[in-house]
Amino acid sequence: MVEHASVIRNDFLRHDMQFPHVWCPGCGLGIVLGSLIRATAKLEIPKDDMVLASGIGCTGRMPAYVDFNTLHTTHGRALTFSTGIKLAKPELTVMTIMGDGDATAIGGNHFIHAARRNLNITAIIVNNQTYGMTGGQYSPTTPYGSKATTAMYGHIEHAFSIAELAVTAGASFVGRGTVHHVTQLDDLIGKGIRKRGFSVIEIISNCHTNYGKMNNLADPVAYQMWMKEHAVSVKKAAKMSVEELEDKFTIGILADIDKPSYIEEYQKIRDKAAGAGS
Amino acid sequence: MESSSEKFLLQGNEAIVEGALAAGCCFFAGYPITPSSEIAELMSMRLPKQNGTFIQMEDEIASIGAIIGASLAGAKVLTATSGPGFSLMQENLGYACMTEVPLVIVNVMRGGPSTGLPTSPAQADVMQTRWGTHGDHPIIVLSVSSVADSYEIAVHAFNMAEKYRVPVVLLSDEIVGHTREAITLPPGKPMEVVNRIKPSVPPEWYVPYENNSRGVPPMADIGSGYRHHVTGLMHNAKGFPTSDPQEVDTFHRRMQRKLDNGAMEIQMSRGFMLDDAEVAVIAYGAVTRSALRAVKMAREQGIKAGLLQLITLFPVPRAALDSVLRQCRAVLVAEMNMGQYVREVRAVNVSSNVKQLNRFDGHLIKPDEIFGKLMIL
Repeated sequence: MVEHASVIRNDFLRHDMQFPHVWCPGCGLGIVLGSLIRATAKLEIPKDDMVLASGIGCTGRMPAYVDFNTLHTTHGRALTFSTGIKLAKPELTVMTIMGDGDATAIGGNHFIHAARRNLNITAIIVNNQTYGMTGGQYSPTTPYGSKATTAMYGHIEHAFSIAELAVTAGASFVGRGTVHHVTQLDDLIGKGIRKRGFSVIEIISNCHTNYGKMNNLADPVAYQMWMKEHAVSVKKAAKMSVEELEDKFTIGILADIDKPSYIEEYQKIRDKAAGAGS
Repeated sequence: MESSSEKFLLQGNEAIVEGALAAGCCFFAGYPITPSSEIAELMSMRLPKQNGTFIQMEDEIASIGAIIGASLAGAKVLTATSGPGFSLMQENLGYACMTEVPLVIVNVMRGGPSTGLPTSPAQADVMQTRWGTHGDHPIIVLSVSSVADSYEIAVHAFNMAEKYRVPVVLLSDEIVGHTREAITLPPGKPMEVVNRIKPSVPPEWYVPYENNSRGVPPMADIGSGYRHHVTGLMHNAKGFPTSDPQEVDTFHRRMQRKLDNGAMEIQMSRGFMLDDAEVAVIAYGAVTRSALRAVKMAREQGIKAGLLQLITLFPVPRAALDSVLRQCRAVLVAEMNMGQYVREVRAVNVSSNVKQLNRFDGHLIKPDEIFGKLMIL
């Protein structure tokens, strides 16, 4: 079964070429990678038809480890490359994996427009609330009042809620999970891939090495316990007051709507153009 | 266009579209900008008719990102822009150089810097085409001077991008882009269309960045069974990140070698009245038109003048330049900037007598101005 670690290792990882990986011990990215592989394996999509593209940062290193068609692009731009690939070969399953800074700071414009455009791409955003690879500077999701190497006096900006941003921008499917709630995460990623249209899975993860050490979460286990205590299911949150939800975030499916995907719409354009003569 | 040849009255921008389609372009991503927008508009009409794809992206960064993705998936791709957009493209242009992705970028030049003179011509992006993106990198830069050129050189641009796995910048300018001239399409003599070489080995033997004799590794489309990794990090022959000094050195030398090997066909120029020339004008783009007229005026006055039109700006066509510099007692480099390409000309032969004529006020250099300079060379 795909749940078995050796199957993941032998069938899906470039274990003979690319390991050891660059991530810190205890990093949530390994959990994300495992979840991503289990979700895709369960759908039985041939590896030749899988594309995994990334931008820059710790998360950006993930594609090199997986035996798909993989692409490590420029900072924030992964979705634009994925757009070109999907349009040129719609039969491929295109996934884009980004960090919070990658997707919502430098790549924020590409992110909202990809959601609006509704091309059939699955965007996975690993949100660890910081720029991990460069040492812990504040990102668009760093909480107000917390510390970063560029905010040692306390952070004065307010954080994006990535999943809510994706809903507003028009994504067809939006889910949020954490690296603590792994079974749910496998399910969300699988649903995202199956969805026709643009899907977004925000994953709350831990950078105990950089964000954590400045914010009393230096231990990865303690960090995961923080996720467990602060995550509330979408269903439960609907019955809670604003005050009760103040320091919480929701997990589950935030949006699942049906509208024509870009590929279907563009085929209509082709049909119209072909009928219009020269 | 229909199968039998017909005469059309086209803009340079429209002729670029026709050339690109003739070369097999099937994917365009772009963002509106004067004076290039007609290229995007025409592509949005033409591509869906032939099962191709047009998309207007959110900016120029996204436009070049999308064409790189589509090219990696096997498509022949184009984007078109002008100075401000070309500046935004530099980051991903470097990625395309690093990962050897065939693509063509049209830059219809306007006055700069910054927003500059949006509706006036200039040739001031020349050095940016060569060195705009950071790091040592290979690139091919071609220039067009007429509507006929815009078609023909667009085909060459795609052929070179495919053959050498390198981005090609096609430089036009506001004058050439918007001038309407008669053109016969398809041209009387059919043009060769080159496609990238794909791997012929089984996937398990495929080495995506192999150091072969040509310096150009076969390129597998994403989704064709040759699963591999593409990264903007320095990479080894297998495509995975490396900082090994030997592998880094090999990479840079191969990048250089692949264009050196093709120098004879890449470095294009045209000579006019050069056989017995004692003085010559060196020009490219719209200025070529004024220069040709000026040379004819000089000939009428008994001056043995000639013209060297550069089609390829980079890699510098050294052989053609050197020959003119050795033959003539003086040459005049005329360009619509404060003196960019003249530096390359001087570097070809430092002992030659190279004068310059520049105009950077948003107007074309006139034949009279070049003629006046020729008379006192």
